[in-house]
Amino acid sequence: MANAHNLTPIDPADSLSVTLADPTAHPRQTAAAAFPVETAGTRIRQALLRSAKGMTGLALILLVLLVALLAPMIVPHDPAAQILEWRFAPPAWAAEGSVTNLLGGDNLGRDILTRVLLGARVSIAVALIVVSIASVVGSLLGAVAGYFGGVVDAVIMRLIDFQLAFPFLLLALIFMAILGPGFSTLVLALSFALWINFARVVRSETLRIRSLEFIDAAHSIGVSHSRIIMSHVLPNVLPAIIVIATLDIALVIIAEAALSFLGLGVQPPTPSWGLMISEGRDFLHDAPWMVLGPGIAVLLTSIGINLFGDFLRDIYDPRLQRL
Amino acid sequence: MNGALLEVDNLKKTFVLPHSLFEKPRTVTAVNGVSFTITAGETFGLVGESGSGKSTIGRLIARLADPSGGRITFGGQDWLSLKGKGLRQARRQVQMVFQSPYASLDPRWRVIDIVAEPLRTHLDLGKDELRERCATLLDRVGLSSNLMDRYPHQFSGGQKQRIAIARAIALEPALLIADEPVSALDVSIQAQVLEVLREVRRTSNLAMIFISHDLSVVDYLCERVGVLCQGSLVEIGPTREIFSTPKQAYTQSLIDALPGRRRFQQQI
Repeated sequence: MANAHNLTPIDPADSLSVTLADPTAHPRQTAAAAFPVETAGTRIRQALLRSAKGMTGLALILLVLLVALLAPMIVPHDPAAQILEWRFAPPAWAAEGSVTNLLGGDNLGRDILTRVLLGARVSIAVALIVVSIASVVGSLLGAVAGYFGGVVDAVIMRLIDFQLAFPFLLLALIFMAILGPGFSTLVLALSFALWINFARVVRSETLRIRSLEFIDAAHSIGVSHSRIIMSHVLPNVLPAIIVIATLDIALVIIAEAALSFLGLGVQPPTPSWGLMISEGRDFLHDAPWMVLGPGIAVLLTSIGINLFGDFLRDIYDPRLQRL
Repeated sequence: MNGALLEVDNLKKTFVLPHSLFEKPRTVTAVNGVSFTITAGETFGLVGESGSGKSTIGRLIARLADPSGGRITFGGQDWLSLKGKGLRQARRQVQMVFQSPYASLDPRWRVIDIVAEPLRTHLDLGKDELRERCATLLDRVGLSSNLMDRYPHQFSGGQKQRIAIARAIALEPALLIADEPVSALDVSIQAQVLEVLREVRRTSNLAMIFISHDLSVVDYLCERVGVLCQGSLVEIGPTREIFSTPKQAYTQSLIDALPGRRRFQQQI
């Protein structure tokens, strides 16, 4: 019993540097010896500069964020202005297209490029808010479940099971029926659907960390449970949380599009990518560019975030494999 | 508190094995009626093979697990009746050094934060004073204080165990429980860490429970020793006496299992 963990010195920091060190193990280690303080941050930065995947993802994310931030300043037209000549105006690359409407005009004579640029704000805002809420709530509940075990764990896990039994769309519909469609309902419904992703992973990671002796050490020092969770457990689960968060941001953007597409999300005339695709559906045959602009925007954003999430997962691979 | 610092009386611990709903729960008795006392400043060794319950006894005294029966009196106080905040405050009296220095230090914390954790938890000190106290503590375990801002993975196993010892003595506990503190280390490093423990004991008059399966290490460090077999103390007494003239066959078999045992007994 005493020797059960004799041979398994689990050291996340060590396993981390091992994965990172893959092709160039030695230079990294000497670098580690040369600099007294080597944080996880510097390690990620070094790996990022070496990874085309990570850099592409990050570039795409920054581009979208920049567009979302600067949208009101860079849009060529008024997003709500309806100009009769622009109705179904083909995009610039089409035979009778013009540079006035680079991505064409929609069924109400509004400029699509303008609306795609502004739509980034809604999509990004929903994604960031939802993932923030879901990650905080999910991680806390997951950590509490894994740390305390027993009845607390059983209750939280049954809650998750219960929610998994409901299809996501049905859940969203219930929210819409009770609260009415709109931005805040959308955020609530999506957060409610996503917290379980965080809770499950954080719980299983917490189970692993809880069995390590530094938790016993903190306990024997007299540190309170809540402080152990906040200062020892969660910081050690953080890499897993980051990975799930990046993957879920892409998921939320697509889900927002899907819900708005069904008329359950953001309401017109506010431009949102999902809503624009939804409106363009009716004119898919005659004016496919109405869907093309926002569709490509969703595609690029989720590719960017997925690439970056993939990169983060590569870094933390040994930890995730143990889940 | 004259004489006894710690009294352990008829301590018991049974674990319930995982079982399905309709099965009769099966139990394992890890500690079965163990009694001993430790005086202030004394070093007491607990030896026994794997699974003999020695680590469990350490965890019970450190209140990391709850016993199934028996009494523990520490400093004249009913140690097992402490709960919640009272227990958290009392914990500073009993500190622990764990077996694996690789797992007992949080990989995301700097050394200063690790060593200062007990100080931050129990005392209200300023930043400069914390650094100063940490430097003194690291110095006591033979580590340079300018390593304070490093992370545990930048240290060797022996150095990590020194950090763990610095953390354990930060609050000047009356009792230190060392649970196989050197068995995860290279033999060449073991002696250095043992020397650190010896030095710490000499300078701060703390009592120590030293848990180990390695008789030569126990002989080096402990004045008295208890031999555990399947959860029960089969023999207890001064280390020299027990190792030179063991009364129990079990103790003799532990000694026989040592490589170079003849020399070991001759030395004693």
